[in-house]
Amino acid sequence: MSTAATAASLLAADTSTGEAVQFYVLGVLAVAGALGTVLLRRAVHSALCLAGTMVILALFYLANGAYFLGVVQIVVYTGAVMMLFLFVLMLVGRTTADSLKETIKGQRWLALGCALGLAMLVIGGIGQATLGSEAFVGIGAANAEFGGNVPGIAERLFTEYVVAFEVTGALLTIAAVGATLLTHRERTEKARTQREQAIERVRLNQHVPPLPAPGVYARHNSVDRPGLLPDGTPSELTVNQTLRERGQLREVGQEQLAEVAAIDKRTADYHGRGEEARQ
Amino acid sequence: MDSLIGLLVAAPLLGAAVLLCGGRRLDRTGHWLGTALAATSFVIGAVLFFDMLGREGEDRALHQHLFSWVPVQGFQADVAFQLDQLSMTFVLLITGVGSLIHLYSIGYMEHDERRRRFFGYLNLFLAAMLLLVLADNYLLLYVGWEGVGLASFLLIGFWQHKPSAATAAKKAFIVNRVGDMGLSIAIFLMFTTFGTFAFGPVLENADRAGEGTLTAIGLMLLLAACGKSAQVPLQSWLGDAMEGPTPVSALIHAATMVTAGVYLITRSGAIFDAAPTAQTVVVTVGAVTLLFGAIVGCAKDDIKKALAGSTMSQIGYMVLAAGLGPIGYAFAIMHLVTHGFFKAGLFLGAGSVMHGMNDEVDMRKYGGLRRYMPVTFVTFGLGYLAIIGFPGLSGFFSKDLIIEAAFSAGGVQGWVLGGATLLGAGLTAYYMTRVMILTFFGEPRWKNRPAPSPASPDVEPSAQESGEHAEPHPHESPRSMTIPMIVLAFGSVFAGGLFNWGEAFVHWLEPVTSFEHPHPPIPIPVITAATVTMMLLGVGVAWAQYARRPVPVVAPRGSLLTRSARRDLLQDDFNHAVFVSGGQHLTRSLVYLDHTVVDGAVNGTAAAFGGLSGRMRKLQNGFARSYAVSMFGGAAVLVAATLLMRAV
Amino acid sequence: MNPVNYLYLAALLFTIGATGVLIRRNAIIVFMSIELMLNAANLTLVAFSRMHGNLDGQIMAFFVMVVAAAEVVVGLAIIVMLYRSRHSASVDDASLMKL
Repeated sequence: MSTAATAASLLAADTSTGEAVQFYVLGVLAVAGALGTVLLRRAVHSALCLAGTMVILALFYLANGAYFLGVVQIVVYTGAVMMLFLFVLMLVGRTTADSLKETIKGQRWLALGCALGLAMLVIGGIGQATLGSEAFVGIGAANAEFGGNVPGIAERLFTEYVVAFEVTGALLTIAAVGATLLTHRERTEKARTQREQAIERVRLNQHVPPLPAPGVYARHNSVDRPGLLPDGTPSELTVNQTLRERGQLREVGQEQLAEVAAIDKRTADYHGRGEEARQ
Repeated sequence: MDSLIGLLVAAPLLGAAVLLCGGRRLDRTGHWLGTALAATSFVIGAVLFFDMLGREGEDRALHQHLFSWVPVQGFQADVAFQLDQLSMTFVLLITGVGSLIHLYSIGYMEHDERRRRFFGYLNLFLAAMLLLVLADNYLLLYVGWEGVGLASFLLIGFWQHKPSAATAAKKAFIVNRVGDMGLSIAIFLMFTTFGTFAFGPVLENADRAGEGTLTAIGLMLLLAACGKSAQVPLQSWLGDAMEGPTPVSALIHAATMVTAGVYLITRSGAIFDAAPTAQTVVVTVGAVTLLFGAIVGCAKDDIKKALAGSTMSQIGYMVLAAGLGPIGYAFAIMHLVTHGFFKAGLFLGAGSVMHGMNDEVDMRKYGGLRRYMPVTFVTFGLGYLAIIGFPGLSGFFSKDLIIEAAFSAGGVQGWVLGGATLLGAGLTAYYMTRVMILTFFGEPRWKNRPAPSPASPDVEPSAQESGEHAEPHPHESPRSMTIPMIVLAFGSVFAGGLFNWGEAFVHWLEPVTSFEHPHPPIPIPVITAATVTMMLLGVGVAWAQYARRPVPVVAPRGSLLTRSARRDLLQDDFNHAVFVSGGQHLTRSLVYLDHTVVDGAVNGTAAAFGGLSGRMRKLQNGFARSYAVSMFGGAAVLVAATLLMRAV
Repeated sequence: MNPVNYLYLAALLFTIGATGVLIRRNAIIVFMSIELMLNAANLTLVAFSRMHGNLDGQIMAFFVMVVAAAEVVVGLAIIVMLYRSRHSASVDDASLMKL
């Protein structure tokens, strides 16, 4: 697609065939990416799908003659914002919230109903609106006015919209400072020593002895599997807190419990004690 | 002289206050105090009467304005008295008969430990009754009207340890409420129509008001009169009121209070004269009641209830006469006065008989008492001759005049009313002869009687009676009881003749009630002859039934009419079926409605809101995503609305 | 091809983003869905800008981007803080506003 053709297509009421092909191919991909964002279980996959969609949208901007916005879309959104998302994802890690299982009754159907209704209404509204080809002007003239898209935007941004521009600048500064303030955690008190922690534990009468060291009750040596207490119930305390909070505990299945019971029975049989003696 | 009027009321009122508040230290003298104050009132009345005789016709009325009761712009209620010839007649009757009955009660109530209280109530009654007849406006009359109702209630239920007496008192009170409601509505109507309720302005302007209004006022006044005077349809309480002590029956339920209705109608004559429809209703009520009471009186074996039926019937005569208009007012009042004499005498005689017979009231257990209580026999006999209209005695004159007036009503109405009064005269003679024969003649049926048999369901054996089942020893009553009977017997014999001497009574009352000579369609001697014939017929039938053959102690079953008449012609059954059951059904259905519809609506609303909020509460689940759904839903609705607005 | 098709695509993406907000519990994915909706809005702005031959639409999209960036910064900071205090990134866990 040559520059002249592009320019012509930007002026014409109807776009070129090339752009049509591009639209249909990339449009399908954009929708697929959006669906992936919404529907994929893992947040990282969602983020990647969203990044893809944003790149495709950048291409659409370029095709619509918004060269500046296209580049900004790639740099700011795909480059900065999405990376920020990925950073936070890494910080938070996998959570149980990733599950697609719905917990609020009727929420999914209501959401689908609302979304479908809204889509039908908006699409119907666009169809009804008088946006026929006779209203189509094309961006070429506007872009050419100040010798290109970027100078045109700059001309408007620094004259007509300069106040708004300054205010958004202030907004960005405030957002940055605010985010820093929110996430910053200053220690306002002295860190408790081990001795103080022990004293408090005894005073509260909770876990008076120290927590069990990893592997004390364990029948497996992996760190994400809880140890079993003497009565066979798993003790959550034996697993690292981070793993617990991420929901990355390995479940102690019924077969393990059955196994414990079988071992007990064999031991009892070996010692020749009866059923009732064990009770 | 004017200032004496207030004393008429004040004397018995003072007596009531002293006796009721004075406590036990007055137990020994209280009855004399009460009697003395009643007599004082009578003396004042007599002084006023002779003073009044000293003036001429129109100037005779006296007025006394005591004080303004409710001095409000547009609503002036005064406590003021008016003593004219009509009031004077009542004052003399009330205080005279009242004093005699006070005297009689001293002996009659001798053994009652609550005698002081009894005299207090009697004085209260006298005060209220005098207030009723002396008031110069309807509102003050209403005060007296309620006062006598209260005194009647207290005295009927005087022996309140008897459930029948307590019930009878309540019954009298409640039935009277119906009539009182009529009187209050009548007063309301008068106030809205005339702007006042004083006798003078209302009665002078009566013919200026519309006939519909006057008819309404008249009917309401008639309702009041029916309640107080035991006229059909509010007659049911009078028979039961005989549960009270006999002097009470004589004073309140024979001579004075029950005639208040006649007073009310006569006093409001100007209103009735201008409302012919109301007058027709009045005479109808009177005619029905006089026959009704007479039939009931024929069947009762209880001597007091037989006399009560008779009272009802005689008041029927009066109401009928009062309903005839100017030709009847004077006769109504004349019959009222003579009736006051002879009926009070008869009741006192009955009380005397009961006094000698251990409070036995069943006439079938009397008989042959003339030998044992001669004074009672003679006085009762004179009263008897008076009430049946024996020529020359009081009842003959007054009743005969009413019968003539009834025939003079004109047309079919005249013949019907005349026939009813004639028939009533015959029935009166029959039932009074029956009472006379059963009580004083024949074989003594009280000898060798084991115990009071339950054959007389009307009679509730008093505690005293059930204590001594021994054979009664009939004896003459003490002098304090016989003297009033003798005085009243004189009145029964001579009052009618005196009143009729040169039409004295009619001329006396004419300035107040106006008077027209009745002109019956048939000659007066013929009517008189017919009356006497009816009377002799009644006496003859009664003689044939009760004197020619022995009277069974236990009442025979009797015909259907007799049985229903013993049950007061089913009046209580009627009231029960129509008003009590109907009222109960109404209240039950209203309660049901209240429970289902009203409570249902209220509770249903509450439950609906409760359920709704319970459901709405679930919307507030705290999940941001749920709120987001609502937001998107709202956004969709907004978009839809926008598109719709564009499309329109 | 009629450029109006861009608008249809934008509407579709917007709706998908809205659905994501409604059905996902992970706050970060909810945020991503919001970004998707913002981008869909930007696409309409750009398309309108072309249709009307006017650069104002692009300016508007530029401002949307800036505001979205600021919002992402603050929003992600809030998520990190929430995670620190509640050890969860689920939007449903922060449901204290119920009875």
